[in-house]
Amino acid sequence: MNRANPTRYTTTAIVLHWLLALAILGSFSLGLYMADLPFTPARVKLYNWHKWAGVTILALSAFRLLWRLAHRPPPDVPMPAWQRHASHLTHRALYVLFFAVPLVGWAYSSAAGFPIVWFGVLPLPDFVPVDKALAEAIKPFHGALAWALVAVVVLHVAGALKHQFVDRDGLISRMLPGPARG
Amino acid sequence: MNLFPVATLSMLAGLMASPVQAQQKVVPAQSEIGFVSRQMGVPVDGKFRKFDAQVAFDPKQPAAAKIGFTIDLASASIGTAETEAELLKPDWFDTRKFPQATFTSTTVKPAGAGRFDVSGTLSIKGSSQSVLVPVTLAQAGATTTATGAFTLKRLDFKIGAGDWGDTSIVANDVQVKFKLTLTGVAAL
Repeated sequence: MNRANPTRYTTTAIVLHWLLALAILGSFSLGLYMADLPFTPARVKLYNWHKWAGVTILALSAFRLLWRLAHRPPPDVPMPAWQRHASHLTHRALYVLFFAVPLVGWAYSSAAGFPIVWFGVLPLPDFVPVDKALAEAIKPFHGALAWALVAVVVLHVAGALKHQFVDRDGLISRMLPGPARG
Repeated sequence: MNLFPVATLSMLAGLMASPVQAQQKVVPAQSEIGFVSRQMGVPVDGKFRKFDAQVAFDPKQPAAAKIGFTIDLASASIGTAETEAELLKPDWFDTRKFPQATFTSTTVKPAGAGRFDVSGTLSIKGSSQSVLVPVTLAQAGATTTATGAFTLKRLDFKIGAGDWGDTSIVANDVQVKFKLTLTGVAAL
């Protein structure tokens, strides 16, 4: 509730942004690392952690989307129209992928016959049937979408850094914790 | 092949209510043996594609019943191709050394309407344990369906040795479920 300073995102939005940035980066790295491991108990553990993290990202993203719809972000800093369009498009793509990547991973897990039990406690429903051929068909999409998410994140970070260090418009401070800046 | 004489025999046995014990027949296409193991809380369904059962059972004379199973462990189907391949290895079923699991009944006791408690010896991977299997029978026309489930401890049979012995990853309890469709069982 940072109404006094409308040039910043709300504290909740800031916390969600950085928490999810960490979670997504961690999950992506874990996914990349675990995929080619030999079949061991350690791998089973990592796979489950990856799935728990993915569902957590999905749930937090849902909350984040609702928060975003209910709380207007600070207005755009001055920039050419094409850059404004590009930044909005990038944000939309990020949100789409926040949902698409974990949902497709969830579908893959279900189709492969491994329903997800969140944190080993809460069984989640399967929304696709157990079907090995379907699992194999879904699998590449989970990876491709994850890479697409990373690509869009790189674009997002590049844009933010450009604003911060080339345009010097203090854009990143809107998403940083701490007292108001700029 | 000899289904007809057996069926006839058991029908006769049923008609005459005689103590004749014909060998009952399992209909493999309508029978299944499956199991559920848990990986970090995740139930993973598996089943055996090849198994055989020898059943000599008269509901009126459960004490004389003899039930035997032979399960081809290499026919296990579970999760992905990778888990399936893993299951055959020495840490798990070690199918090269121990291709089959067997169950041999020792006693069969009635346990209420259409229910029987089957005790017997389960042998897997060179270890034998006595198990109690509650079985429920349902009859429709000429076929009898026997369903039941019991839980075994995989480490009692050294299934999942070495690093896999960690039961926080793969639970020790494995539920075994079966549905057997039989012909030639006398009326309950």
